[in-house]
Amino acid sequence: MDEATLLAALSDDLDLAFEGLVRARQDRLYSIALRILGDPTEAEDAAQDAFIRAYRALGGWDAERIAALRLDAWLATIVVNVARTRARRRATTGGRASLTFLDELDHPSGTSAETPHGRLDRRQAIEAWANRLLALPERYRAPIVLRHVDGLGYDEIAIALERPEGTVKAQVHRGLALLRAALDAESRSDPSPSGTHPAAHLQEVLR
Amino acid sequence: MTHPLIAPSDDELAAELGELRTDAPSSLLPRTLVAVGLADAYTTMPSPIGPLYVAFNGLGVVAVETAPDGRAFERSHVARFGRPAYAVAALPEKLERAIARRLDGGRRVSIELDLRGRTGFERDVWTKALEIPRGEVRPYGWIAAEIGRPKAVRAVGTALGHNPVPLIVPCHRVVRSDGMIGQYSLGGPANKRTILEAEGLDPDELETLARAGIRYIGSDTTRIYCLPSCHAARRITGAHRVPFHSATDGERAGYRACRRCRPTGVSAAA
Repeated sequence: MDEATLLAALSDDLDLAFEGLVRARQDRLYSIALRILGDPTEAEDAAQDAFIRAYRALGGWDAERIAALRLDAWLATIVVNVARTRARRRATTGGRASLTFLDELDHPSGTSAETPHGRLDRRQAIEAWANRLLALPERYRAPIVLRHVDGLGYDEIAIALERPEGTVKAQVHRGLALLRAALDAESRSDPSPSGTHPAAHLQEVLR
Repeated sequence: MTHPLIAPSDDELAAELGELRTDAPSSLLPRTLVAVGLADAYTTMPSPIGPLYVAFNGLGVVAVETAPDGRAFERSHVARFGRPAYAVAALPEKLERAIARRLDGGRRVSIELDLRGRTGFERDVWTKALEIPRGEVRPYGWIAAEIGRPKAVRAVGTALGHNPVPLIVPCHRVVRSDGMIGQYSLGGPANKRTILEAEGLDPDELETLARAGIRYIGSDTTRIYCLPSCHAARRITGAHRVPFHSATDGERAGYRACRRCRPTGVSAAA
């Protein structure tokens, strides 16, 4: 669903439209949180927090203000901030207890033991990319995640991260260069794909 | 060099990174809606009348209800509140502890309730019912008098009948103004008696007094009169118990009203 449709519905009746907003944007907010934080449970908590904050903010605004919103940039701001705060707190506090939904227990997500080889390779490749991304310094990771995982435009990323568009472009560019260097370092040091953790190579590159 | 590698272009990198977009876990939607109060979660809790369904959300407890099974509860819940109810494995720990302490008679236990859409009068009635100690009962007229609406006895009865969170708000501790146990919204009057018995009260004994027209019990040593289930009244030993049919009788005999159960104002309303 596009921004304009969502915003029209939200400004018309927040309580009626909010579920639609969550459905339309949950994969995006979750993916952003997951690729910044790395941990699925933390990412789900962060995405939930972000939606709760969005709901509360929208509840205090009039229709005009909601209609004028850059929705995706705004949601990205919230989830990036929530994820950063959680990442900072992670070292000191444990996760909070969350509800266990029973329908969830009936249909556990995750893959079966008999995953075909091709799928398994693909999953390993995705995992490797996720780890390379997590090894990036935060100032490059967030713009890369917003640009290439989520697909936001540079103008939206500039709003979301409160940085000038030129800075964001340079950070995305630099981030890609670092990923390329990490990939290169991996292939040099270990030709087998199941070798050293990619983060180790990137740490070398960054030194 | 067994694997000569050509450095990937920006577009190739972008394509790889695009693969990192993933589906949110299916629990994210329900838990988010529950957190903001646009949906409810439910589970069962033990009670003197067997397991009860309890629904809650991020704002507080929504409902306590009997139902033949989970599906039936979900259906009646959505019809009643216009929100879906999702089954969860357990109550949040803090809430579970608070409810257990409240049912155990703890009066300084705070339990958040989601009472959106309820009237101020209903809230006043339910808040007042929370003051009735475990093991005691008060007539409808007592609530009416205490909230400053002495003539609204019938409305008090209606509000108690609409209590969405029975047991947590102890509407079972409110009885008819003639002292009979009366109706109960949670599965009928037999349940009310069972719960009162579990709280240490003898409903038959109360109704025996009620049938004899005895509304108050006085002590000839303290010269104070109480509602029959008042903790103070129940400590008066047989020889010193003085029954009264009305507050006026008590006052005439030179007795004053108990400051704990505050029986004044009840008879005027009843």
